[in-house]
Amino acid sequence: MTVVERREIALVDLLDRLLAGGVVITGDLTLRIADVDLVRVDLNALISSVNGKVPPPWQETPREETP
Amino acid sequence: MTAGLRYVYAICRPFGAALQAQLTGVAGVPPKLLSHHGLVAVLSEVPEDDFAEGPLRAHLEDLDWLGSTARAHQGVIDALTTVTTPLPLRLGTVFRDDSGLRTMIEAREAEFRRTLDRLEGRVEWGVKVYLDTEPAAPAPAEKAASGRDYLRQRQVRTRSRDEMWEAAETFARALHRSLAGRAEDHRMHAPQNSVLSGAAGQNVMNAAYLVPRGGSEEFVELVDRAKDDTPGLRVELTGPWAPYSFTEDTEDTEDTENTENTEEERA
Repeated sequence: MTVVERREIALVDLLDRLLAGGVVITGDLTLRIADVDLVRVDLNALISSVNGKVPPPWQETPREETP
Repeated sequence: MTAGLRYVYAICRPFGAALQAQLTGVAGVPPKLLSHHGLVAVLSEVPEDDFAEGPLRAHLEDLDWLGSTARAHQGVIDALTTVTTPLPLRLGTVFRDDSGLRTMIEAREAEFRRTLDRLEGRVEWGVKVYLDTEPAAPAPAEKAASGRDYLRQRQVRTRSRDEMWEAAETFARALHRSLAGRAEDHRMHAPQNSVLSGAAGQNVMNAAYLVPRGGSEEFVELVDRAKDDTPGLRVELTGPWAPYSFTEDTEDTEDTENTENTEEERA
């Protein structure tokens, strides 16, 4: 990165907030992100990386998915 | 263009100032306001072709579309933060018409007011800690003379990586403790995948802090100071954001700290 300082917000920082934060409105009139079955691999990883309750990083957490 | 749906960005208290005239939201449509029950919804009328359930579902799988929509959404929220403290909604919240939106506002009115009161005058700061994996592991591996040399070199490398990781965690924990002390609330986001973020190094902490506007300067100074003496580590600050990570109604929200216990409860 040479000259200009990049002030543009990184998309991941944005999606951390817009897809994992914000008020979730449930109801039949709206489409919830959580319902979306994302196909694209990179996007899928992105969504799962910003969703869900996440413990502080310094805890070793064997995350078990027990549906 | 087909009939318009309502893409809603945020719920606010009534605010006096006007939004910038040239502000555009998602789909390039300028946002407008809908007042109801003493609350204001900020929305754009968007084409059904793109925002009805089916098309929206498809669009969300397109990273370019998602990116530009997210930026447009953020642009509107950002503009709102200059005149009020908005309660941002999750990306992709769409209503069929004004009446659906009004019904929703009525149903959640009390919660909106409670949350707006709690967030009034607060902003969110993002703080990330990275472990610089590349430069900190220079070791221009001298050719091992023997198997034993090789194993020793390997051991040294592994140990130093473990130590670096441990040091990073210790640093992050201390930084978090000091920042949380200056914040009203905090959330831990998942560490970012470096492939997706394109950021150098390994993200070891990705936290959000809720800070009163008036306390922001002090908070930022605290972060800046932490940036100074951290060899092999990088601290990154983003914000101020609208309080996206703190919109959950706290009536029955568990404290983040408590998750430690829950985690250990039974594996």
